[in-house]
Amino acid sequence: MEFVCLGCLDEAIWATFTPEQQEALQQRCMAYDDILREEGHFKDGCALMPAHLAATVRSRAGQVTVTDGPFAETKEMLGGLLFLEAHDLNHAITLMSKHPGTEFGSFEIRPVNVEMNQLIKK
Amino acid sequence: MPPNLPVNKIVEQLYQTHSRQVYATLVRLIGDFDLAEEAMHEAFATAMEQWEASGIPDNPTAWLISTGRFKAIDMIRRRERFDASMQQILAQRPSLSQTPIESLLSEIPDDQLRLIFTCCHPSLAIEAQLALTLREVCGLTTEQVAAAFLISPATLAQRIVRAKAKIKTAGIPYEIPDIQQMPQRLDAVLHVIYLLFNEGYNASSGEQVTTAALSDEAIRLANLLHDLLAQTDHGATSPDAEVLGLLALMLLHSSRRKTRTDENGDIILLEDQDRSQWDQTMIRRGIELVERAMATGEVGSYTIQAGIAAEHARASDVSLTNWGQIVSLYDVLLQIQDSPVIALNRAVAIAMRDGPEIGLTHIDAMADQEPLSDITCTMPLVRISVGD
Repeated sequence: MEFVCLGCLDEAIWATFTPEQQEALQQRCMAYDDILREEGHFKDGCALMPAHLAATVRSRAGQVTVTDGPFAETKEMLGGLLFLEAHDLNHAITLMSKHPGTEFGSFEIRPVNVEMNQLIKK
Repeated sequence: MPPNLPVNKIVEQLYQTHSRQVYATLVRLIGDFDLAEEAMHEAFATAMEQWEASGIPDNPTAWLISTGRFKAIDMIRRRERFDASMQQILAQRPSLSQTPIESLLSEIPDDQLRLIFTCCHPSLAIEAQLALTLREVCGLTTEQVAAAFLISPATLAQRIVRAKAKIKTAGIPYEIPDIQQMPQRLDAVLHVIYLLFNEGYNASSGEQVTTAALSDEAIRLANLLHDLLAQTDHGATSPDAEVLGLLALMLLHSSRRKTRTDENGDIILLEDQDRSQWDQTMIRRGIELVERAMATGEVGSYTIQAGIAAEHARASDVSLTNWGQIVSLYDVLLQIQDSPVIALNRAVAIAMRDGPEIGLTHIDAMADQEPLSDITCTMPLVRISVGD
């Protein structure tokens, strides 16, 4: 099964780390990604710029509005995506529970909508 | 296995038929459910890659187990800096790479029993036992199990994560119970199988197809348990009779599956079912198993219930039902399990044997007794159907 893991973190907490600590955590995350890749589970990944660079666009009754920042009013912001291949949800949980990202943030593990994807990728 | 099949098809078939054996043995070798599962998947993936060039090994199961344990060692080495528990696994399993493959193969049936008894361990909540049995023993995915129980995959996944953590922290051993504990522990396994069957058989809502699969899994599991116990010589004879009895009961009920609901999904009563549509292959096997179970002389409640189901199955028309035999079987069942529901069923059987007046006397006598609270609401209905 294909899953997308939405890596989230509280940017306020992230900001409390020194640049050296941030660098070290990123290295650890990438090293774990390498293990997932080596074992055939890491299909792709995508890191995102901080949430304050986001713009959210809506169009209602012909009226376009743009707001600063992400749509969700949560403390944890989307920081990156990881495309995971796993046998089922429990396998995906096993794989992601050891990811260093879970130590300071979290992953939302979502199954890919395969049928819809076939239409999108036509 | 047909030799002209492409390698990937052969591996897929082997996965269907042998992945649980490979897994059960790897769990014992590695001592960790999650790592064993990953090692098993890696072994099958490697087979997919390598057998194309190298050909199918003489003993594919041996190859898969052996490859799986070396994959596990690779994974431990790779992951130990992210996961402290990995070093422990290796420290506790110094012979992981050394046990001769012959001795591993001879333990395969035992390993499968170890897996079944661990997943059905009484220290685990019954919901956890059901979930673990379906995923670890039957090889269903989290998503399939969740669909069958009509719950979200995340809820089911959490149940499995907790159950595995409990096995670890409570130190539930990966063992076949000893001879003293065997009858009790086998009862627990049969209970899980029985619940799975009923979940599939009585499902009133949701996807009929996915829930019906539970009944098939339950039957497959009972067959497996029966074969494994026959191969390994662990139990006394009496609990084995109940394995036969439960298997017979499930087959006899399943034989009527097609005829027990109408096109709207409403229940059709036994007496109104089209008996020509009953599955005669299942009935023959069911009856044969009941007879074997009865012949042991150590019958339990599953065997008696199967005996009652067999009497109904034998009657090609409801008027040919041997109600006298059914009443006798209910008499025995009441001695094993004193329940008002069984007493009520017995009264109905008496009404069918001796006429409604005598049946009603029994029903009215029951209504005067305690405790009947859970069935009293159905009593007036029973009075009506018996011919009040």
